[in-house]
Amino acid sequence: MDPVSLLPIADLFPNGVARYAIGGLLVGLGAAVIYLGTGISAGASTFLESTLSYVSGQSRFQRYVASRDWRLVFTLGIVLGAGVYAVTFQGEPWSTDVRWWRLLVGGVLVGIGTRIGKGCTSGHGICGVGSASRTSLVGVGTFLLVAIGTAQLVAALGVTP
Amino acid sequence: MADRHPLFVPLVLVGGLLFGFGLAYSHMARPEVVLSFLEFEDFGLLFVMFGGAGVTGLAYLLAPRLLGRAPLTGNRFERRLKSFDRNVVAGGAIFGVGWGLSGVCPGAAYASLGVGNLTILWAIGGMFLGAYLQGRWRSRASTTADAAASGAD
Repeated sequence: MDPVSLLPIADLFPNGVARYAIGGLLVGLGAAVIYLGTGISAGASTFLESTLSYVSGQSRFQRYVASRDWRLVFTLGIVLGAGVYAVTFQGEPWSTDVRWWRLLVGGVLVGIGTRIGKGCTSGHGICGVGSASRTSLVGVGTFLLVAIGTAQLVAALGVTP
Repeated sequence: MADRHPLFVPLVLVGGLLFGFGLAYSHMARPEVVLSFLEFEDFGLLFVMFGGAGVTGLAYLLAPRLLGRAPLTGNRFERRLKSFDRNVVAGGAIFGVGWGLSGVCPGAAYASLGVGNLTILWAIGGMFLGAYLQGRWRSRASTTADAAASGAD
């Protein structure tokens, strides 16, 4: 039994904390394995620009030409790793009921914001916070507060999910 | 590249597999779970971020002391430190609106595809579009800046 469910703060964690903590440790381990072998802090969002360099001649993307092949492998690993979980633990495929326009518009803003803001939830959140980087702490604080405000506003407007 | 260590790409793949498995295990690959965190219904996601940052923090602390240089690349072990400017706050705020609207961030989106969520392709397509748009703006801005700089000479 999850020990947290015995305490009053269980209200804050209706699904316990084990899945989150174990999952988070594995995410960190994935980033740490790459770092220990290569010295590279791998983030998930550089993949977007590095992959665009295959199809676009925009000068901004050319800086990622040297790393684009292994970034593709990293992302492929993320997809396959999640697939392993799906096959071993999950049973049937998960889908989402979040509306398509929320995914699309949110995705566009995430794509713009992560590249202008120098990182996403993995680059700033996992590697940057792990580095005790002040830039990343400010970045995480900013996107976390704005995301909380946005999600609460959207829910208050009655858009679910 | 020819001069890469033969284990470089396999190691990146193993790291990606762990990373993606962890995102699926934590359920962060589900937009609904992220939204329930942002709406204060389930704070468990804090453990994903701080659990992950705790492990990488240990790696950043110990690697330079125990290994000296990275075995596969010869790179120095450096922390992930980016310079701070207005872009960090402006980009973070744009990212925050997108994350709060969709419940999706890049790593979790790739993992979501792996757990069979084809609907997430809306978000992944959007991310590529957004990354392309900012790349176009910034490519043009730097060309204009170069032209202005050379014009001033």
